Amino acid sequence: MAIVKNDCVIDNEWVALDDESSVPESGANVLVSLARFKAEHDSLIARNGGLGVLLVPGDAPEDLADDIDRFSLIAVKFPAYTDGRGYSYGRILRERYGYKGEMRAVGDVLRDQILYMHRCGFDAYEMADDGDVALEKVRAALRDMTVYYQPTGDDRATAGSLRERRRAALDGASS
Amino acid sequence: MYRYDDFDRQLVAERTAQFRDQVARRISGELTEDQFKPLRLMNGVYLQLHAYMLRVAVPYGTLNGEQMRKLGYIARTYDKGYGHFTTRQNIQYNWPKLNEIPDALADLATVEMHAIQTSGNCIRNTTTDQYAGAAADEIEDPRPYCELIRQWSTFHPEFTYLPRKFKIAVTGSPNDRAAVRVHDIGLRMHKNAAGETGFEVTIGGGLGRTPFVGKTVRDFIGKNDLFSYLEAILRVYNRFGRRDNKYKARFKILVHEVGIDDIRQQVEEEWAKIKDGSLRVSDDEIAQYIAQFAPPAFEELQDNDPEFERRKQAHPDFAAWVRSNVIAHKQPGYAIANISLKPIGGIPGDATAAQMELVGDLADQYSFGDVRVTHEQNLVLPHVKKADLFSLWAELNGAQLATANLGFVTDIIACPGLDYCALATARSIPLSQRISERFGDLERQYDIGELKIKISGCINACGHHHVGHIGILGLDKRGKEFYQITLGGDASQDAAIGKIAGAGFSEAEVVDAIEALITRYIDIRTVGERFIDTYRRVGMDPFKEVLYGDR
Repeated sequence: MAIVKNDCVIDNEWVALDDESSVPESGANVLVSLARFKAEHDSLIARNGGLGVLLVPGDAPEDLADDIDRFSLIAVKFPAYTDGRGYSYGRILRERYGYKGEMRAVGDVLRDQILYMHRCGFDAYEMADDGDVALEKVRAALRDMTVYYQPTGDDRATAGSLRERRRAALDGASS
Repeated sequence: MYRYDDFDRQLVAERTAQFRDQVARRISGELTEDQFKPLRLMNGVYLQLHAYMLRVAVPYGTLNGEQMRKLGYIARTYDKGYGHFTTRQNIQYNWPKLNEIPDALADLATVEMHAIQTSGNCIRNTTTDQYAGAAADEIEDPRPYCELIRQWSTFHPEFTYLPRKFKIAVTGSPNDRAAVRVHDIGLRMHKNAAGETGFEVTIGGGLGRTPFVGKTVRDFIGKNDLFSYLEAILRVYNRFGRRDNKYKARFKILVHEVGIDDIRQQVEEEWAKIKDGSLRVSDDEIAQYIAQFAPPAFEELQDNDPEFERRKQAHPDFAAWVRSNVIAHKQPGYAIANISLKPIGGIPGDATAAQMELVGDLADQYSFGDVRVTHEQNLVLPHVKKADLFSLWAELNGAQLATANLGFVTDIIACPGLDYCALATARSIPLSQRISERFGDLERQYDIGELKIKISGCINACGHHHVGHIGILGLDKRGKEFYQITLGGDASQDAAIGKIAGAGFSEAEVVDAIEALITRYIDIRTVGERFIDTYRRVGMDPFKEVLYGDR
C-alpha cells in the first residue's frame, strides 16, 4: 500500500482512530470519523496536533463547513470504486467551502478513477500497490486526457474557456 | 450541423488511446474482468450471449453522410455486414471481437465518432426530436442545447459513477417525438410569460421494471441557467440516489420515494448555491452554438412542385410512400423524408452495410449531408426538395428502404431480445417479424391507421413496451416464452404507461391476440379515431373481452 501525493510517494503521518480508542494527548495527527468529530467537537478542535476527518458515503460534507480551516486532512472513503458519492463531497469541500488541506481518496482507489478524483479536488490517493507502481499508475492516469469540458474548480482550462480566449484573440487581431 | 474543433477531436483521440490501453491491460491480465467491466461499459462494450457488442454513440441522433458511410464500413469490416439502430438513436454492432474494437474505434474517430458513455452508470447520449431544425411545428431548434449537454456530460468527473445510468432527452416542439417524459430528465422548450424561450424540466420518468411518467420539477428554466440546473439535479441524484439495490437505483425511484416536492426543494437549494458560478452560459456562447446549427442553404422555392404532383399521380407506390413517410418541412418546397427500417417481415432497426453507405450518399445528394436516427428505429433525411423526392424514393426503393409504413402497425419497435441479449427472457425479433407479416398488406395497414406496437424481450423494457399503444413484454414461464400485452401506453406529449390486459399468451397465440384487438378496434372506432383514442374512450373492457372472453 502506498499514498501518492504531489507526484511523490508520501509517508502516512496520520493515526486513524476508531470511535472507541482514546485520543492521544497531543502531538500525533489523528483521523476520526465524522460522528466522532461531531460528538467530541470542542476537545478535538482544542487539541494540539493535526486533525483529520474521514467521510464515508452518506456523510454530509456540510457538517465540516464551520470548521473547514481546522482540518489538515479530509479523507474520503470509496468503499467500492462504483460508489461515486465521494466525487460530490470532494467538489463541495473544495469549491463551496474553500478547503485547502490534503484531500485523500481511500478505499477502492484504482488507476482509472484517479483523473476524475483529481478533477474533483483530490490531491492524495491511497493505493493498494506499493511505492513505485502506485506512483506510475497515478502519473499515467493524470496523463490520459488533456481536454476537459466541465469547469470543476481545479485549475484546468476547459475547452469552452479556451475557445473563448481564442475568439477574443481573433477579434483583437482583426480589429 | 456541429463540426468538431481541435478540442473535440483531441478528446476523442485521447479517449481512443485510453481505451486501447485498457483493452491491452485486460488482455495482459493486469485488469480482472470485474475491474475491466465498468471501463468497457463506459465505452459501449457489452458482453452478450454470443459475443461482445459495441454500441456507437450518435449524439442527438444526428449524422452526416460521411459518418453514415463509415458506419457501413464498420459493419462490413468488424461485423457480419449489418448494424442495428436502437431506441436511443444509437447503433449497435453485435459481432465485433474484443481485440479489434480499439481499431474500430480508431476508424470511427476519423469521422468524429466514438462510443463514449453509450453504457455504464453515467449520463448517456442525449436524445432529441429527429426532425430538429426541419419541423414546421418547432419553437426552436433543440440541437444547440443538445450539443452543449453533450459537452457538459462527456467525462463529467463528478457524475461518472452514478447509482445507475442517466438519460436526458430534449424536445423543441410541443409535439413530443423524443419521448422526453419517460427520461430521467426531460426538457421541453417553451416560452414564458415574458416571451423568452426556455425549458420545462421534468424528472424521474423512465421505463424498465418500474415505469413512471416524469414529473415537472420546474416549469421554466432559462437557457443561461440550464447547465447549472442540470448539475444541481445530478448532484442530488449522485448523493442521495439509492445504491443498496440495483433495481431501485434509478433516479425515478428516488423521485418517487422522496416525492417531487421534497426533491424539488433539494434541487432548488443546491441550484441556489451554484447558479451564479462558472456553469452559467452566456448569450454569446449560446449564439455560437446556434450558429453551428444554422439552417442549410435552402433555395427559395414555391411550396408546390408540379412535377412532384405529376409523379404522385403516375406512381401510386410513390404516392403511398409520400403519404405515410414524408412530413411537412418549415421551408417552402422542402420536405422531411423518413426511411423505414421496418421492411415487411424484416428485423426492426437493422440496416446492411450497403444500405448505410447508400443512405450516406443520398444524404449528401439530397439532404445537405444530414441524416437522423429516430428513437423508433428509423432514419430520416430532414431537408429534401419536393422536386427530388421521386428520385430519392426510386433509389430507396431499389435498396428495400422505401417501405411506406411510418407510424403504422408494422412500424414496430423491438429490442434485440433473446436472439442477442444476455438479459432477455424471450425473443422479440421473430415475434415482430410475424406481426409484420400478418399485417403486411399496406391497404390493411392504412385502414387500421396509426398504431404503435412496441416489443421488449424482458422487464428492462428497451423495446418501450410500456408506452406502446399495444405493448408486448416477453417473459419466461418455466422455460417457455410467453407474452404479456399492455394497452394504452403513449410516448408522446400525452405520455402514459400502458395497462396490463391480463394473463400472457404463448408464442403461438400472441399474433392472433393482436389481431383480435385490432379487429375489435375496427368494429368500435368512430370516424377518424386512432387505436389509442378508441382505447381512451372505451377503456380496457371491450378489448379484454376479445382476448379472454369469460375467462
